[in-house]
Amino acid sequence: MTGSAANAQNPSIRTLECLQNGDEFIGRHVGPDDSDIRAMLEELHLTSLDQLIEMTVPESIALKRPLALGKPATEQQVLSRLKTMVSADKPTRSFIGLGYYDTLTPNVIARNVLENPGWYTAYTPYQPEVSQGRLETLLAFQQMILDMTGMDLANASLLDEATAAAEAMAMAKRTSQSSSETFFVDQECFPQTIDVLKTRAEAFGFSLIIGDITDLPQHDVFGAIFQYPASNGSVRDLEATIAALHAKKAIAVVAADLMSLVVLKAPGEFGADVVLGSTQRFGVPMGYGGPHAAYFATRDDYKRAVPGRIIGVSIDARGKQAFRMSLQTREQHIRREKANSNICTSQVLLANIASMYAMYHGPEGLRTIAQRIHRLTAILVNGLQSKGINTVNAQFFDTITIAVTAAQRTAILSRATAAGINLRVDLPGSLGISLDECTSAAEVASLWQVILGEQASGLTVTGIDQQICNGTAAISGIPASLQRTSTFLTHPWFNRYHSETEMLRYLKRLENKDISLTHAMIPLGSCTMKLNATAEMIPITWPEFSKPHPFVPVEQTLGYRQMIRELEEMLAEITGFDAVSMQPNSGAQGEYAGLLAIRNYLISKGQSQRNVCLIPSSAHGTNPASAQMISMKVVVVACDEHGNVDITDLRAKAEQYKDTLAALMITYPSTHGVYEEGVKEICQIVHDFGGQVYMDGANLNAQVGVARPGDIGADVSHVNLHKTFCIPHGGGGPGMGPIGVKKHLAPFLANHALVTLDGPNVGNSAVSAAPWGSASILPISWTYISLMGAAGLLKATQVAILNANYIARKLEPHFPVLYSGRNGTVAHECIIDLRPLKAASGISEEDVAKRLMDYGFHAPTMSFPVAGTLMIEPTESESKMELDRFIAAMISIRKEIARVESGELDALDNPLKHAPHTLADIMDGNWQRGYSKQEAAWPVPGLKDSKFWPSVNRIDNVYGDRNLFCACPAMDTYQ
Amino acid sequence: MSSFPEGLKYAATHEWVRVESDGSVTVGISDHAQELLGDIVFIELPKLGAIVTAKQEISVVESVKAASDIYAPVSGKIVAINDTLLDSPEIVNSSPYVDGWFCRIQPSDQAELDALLDANGYAEICE
Repeated sequence: MTGSAANAQNPSIRTLECLQNGDEFIGRHVGPDDSDIRAMLEELHLTSLDQLIEMTVPESIALKRPLALGKPATEQQVLSRLKTMVSADKPTRSFIGLGYYDTLTPNVIARNVLENPGWYTAYTPYQPEVSQGRLETLLAFQQMILDMTGMDLANASLLDEATAAAEAMAMAKRTSQSSSETFFVDQECFPQTIDVLKTRAEAFGFSLIIGDITDLPQHDVFGAIFQYPASNGSVRDLEATIAALHAKKAIAVVAADLMSLVVLKAPGEFGADVVLGSTQRFGVPMGYGGPHAAYFATRDDYKRAVPGRIIGVSIDARGKQAFRMSLQTREQHIRREKANSNICTSQVLLANIASMYAMYHGPEGLRTIAQRIHRLTAILVNGLQSKGINTVNAQFFDTITIAVTAAQRTAILSRATAAGINLRVDLPGSLGISLDECTSAAEVASLWQVILGEQASGLTVTGIDQQICNGTAAISGIPASLQRTSTFLTHPWFNRYHSETEMLRYLKRLENKDISLTHAMIPLGSCTMKLNATAEMIPITWPEFSKPHPFVPVEQTLGYRQMIRELEEMLAEITGFDAVSMQPNSGAQGEYAGLLAIRNYLISKGQSQRNVCLIPSSAHGTNPASAQMISMKVVVVACDEHGNVDITDLRAKAEQYKDTLAALMITYPSTHGVYEEGVKEICQIVHDFGGQVYMDGANLNAQVGVARPGDIGADVSHVNLHKTFCIPHGGGGPGMGPIGVKKHLAPFLANHALVTLDGPNVGNSAVSAAPWGSASILPISWTYISLMGAAGLLKATQVAILNANYIARKLEPHFPVLYSGRNGTVAHECIIDLRPLKAASGISEEDVAKRLMDYGFHAPTMSFPVAGTLMIEPTESESKMELDRFIAAMISIRKEIARVESGELDALDNPLKHAPHTLADIMDGNWQRGYSKQEAAWPVPGLKDSKFWPSVNRIDNVYGDRNLFCACPAMDTYQ
Repeated sequence: MSSFPEGLKYAATHEWVRVESDGSVTVGISDHAQELLGDIVFIELPKLGAIVTAKQEISVVESVKAASDIYAPVSGKIVAINDTLLDSPEIVNSSPYVDGWFCRIQPSDQAELDALLDANGYAEICE
């Protein structure tokens, strides 16, 4: 008798394979269990998930085979496999510099923020009343940048230093009074910064001059960028150069190293108009290139031209100080192709770590770190000089460049390899060395050995230190005129939390102010707030992933790159594309990179006149903003009353622009949450008229395993790894936006100046600072896909669609559900229409969003893609229990609205208009509202056990934007 | 209900124009436009002395939720700007037709002025 026959006779006995539970993780990731799924299907009058998919996904695009991704695996199996893969990567010590430096993440921050889902699973703080914690640290980030740079206004981070430089160039063009179309780049800028500037300048149509700053006076420019300190380590006085630039009405941009500014004169004090850089070395691991937060600061005159999010101070309904994102109308989601930039996701988690690092160390702690780095550099230099080796740069903070002959270079690099040390090697005829927070005296001695060989004998760190301390050393490094004299980080936030106990409690207090996935579902449409599983997060802090410098020799990261290559292959299979570029470090960046590939492909075909980009009116604001950055002309395509692309209008416009059509940007399923039946035809029309199809991947979570963008007809698409593939949103970043392309576009993907990538044409310039974008968070997506396997990913998509349809079905009797596809089903999200209720009761979508906070929920997406609506995306990770809790809250809110409609509750004095309610309301001894405190704060019984209290009342947006204040408030107003 | 004062001319893009005794025209945005925008938080005014052409963007109005371009209803030279709006943009909400004017243009083409809508014509397109 065989085993299976025995099972057939006795079904209660399971096989060993079954007991080994290899697909256990699927049930951990997918919220509803089998009985929940059956109950939900019954609610929809369906019998199986397959039936739901057949009804929902158009036959013409359905993928009729399983993805070739292998079987699901357990958490232990997957982590073990990944560990084995990278364990061969040899740990080395990098002194390469170029904007990336080893740093010590304070352990209290690593454990309580970086590794804490209370911080990393929050969303962008669009609902500020439940985001005051991270808004406070972001405001501190801005204050830190203002202090360090000497500028007036800073934003709350950009993606990386190189793209920040590109944003500065674009801003210089917007603000400069000069009519020049030329931008000057100091040749001492980091090579990757120059590379990204080349890409952007070409797409904007600017000409770029890269040269020595002494040549600058010959050129007529609208702006110029300088590196401070220079990439060779020089600390140059830029004051006269900037003054000359200002005389030409040009904008002066300074890319400055944040740590050096602790001891160097702030760029704002010598005339800079924009100062930018990386905050990586403030406690954020190098991570083989990212993610890290770039900073961007400017003068008050240019505040409305600043790209990215800016946190500001306002007041709440009780007049209490409260924080919010200000000046949002400059941004892509409102201003579309007229926005300052396409940037959306930034680097909130990393900006917060940098800001907390500054708070933990305070100004004195930072001085100790910066002075130590500088001292060790000075010791290194004096030692070298005593042996006859002079540095190329006479002044320095932490970086030196030494000229070497070919023979010396070979000998030095051979000793460096033996010692496990990486130096900067991209310059012919010289080598660079940058020290950092982690550098020890012993490492300086090792560097002497590497550079001097046997000649290093006799040099001692303590000996030279004594010479420096008693003033007899030859070299000091920083010219007196460039020593920092101004104070910084004087605000109490930077001077209170130096003990670990105080820091720990402060971080917890802040965390407790913010709703994250640790509290409740965050049903934001278009954002896919699914589980960020612990097992997926664990590898990102393994030293193998977090430690490498992005420009180490590739043979040191074979395992790392195998993981990246495998993820590329997985994504190619999931999307139906031939090649994947990991470089774009956000979705918007992916759009930019994808459109760039299209443009360069068209140019290679002799069709450079093709510059029209068709974009449906329902598109995400990033689409037109990205198209504008490629100098494409945006032509809007109408949508019909069902939210679908109006194919007649599309055909007419494609035909009208048949000689100039470059691309269509389309989101699928549509931003209205519908699988448009006509999508294949739409792609075909665009191809017929000579255009390429860009598919916005924001809604890919509804396609994985059931359809593929590449099969539908897209030529390129970005994949938001922070949506569909489990990278947490981090409270507003990081993200990753790799793009998949068809074969014909593959040669036009971004390459990199310092690390040549396989696939793209050699010489293609970069779109991001690092070759593989934010490499250190890629293990999250690799782990997710490996855990789920093809079967798990399919089930995730099916349940994401089930959950959305279940919510739609349950809410439909209470709120009109807008838009559905064939058979009346929605995709993975649904839109409920509050406009009729607003007309009848005066209760707006904003009131409902704020009222949901009283029920313990983060609001769905408000007023996108249709004003006056809420878009709900539950994701597959939410259980039926949680969906029912949300549905009950929405129905309860509907009843409250009915009481306003009937006049039982006053139109203004009601729990919706006053939402959210805080402890200050409950403590109000003079409560005179037309409803009880009970109704205000505990409207449903479940809240008795567990209640999230918003820390402020409704925030006054108008006050905040009319009284713009974007730095840390004085403490007397704060208490 | 928005008001559409008689005696003013209107552009379909929601600007109003009043012809002054010196032949210049005062430009602002309609009551309907300010209602649509909501609480206005910032206004960027055109440069004094600038030469503008009809339908050119001359100004930007920002509310908390929207940003909107303001177009020159007629071609000509900017001869005055209402810089009190820079510090008190809310005046446009409270007094769109009087205190909330944006700028004065010395028009260069009478035909453009004649082609603008009257109060009834504009009210119709706002319906």
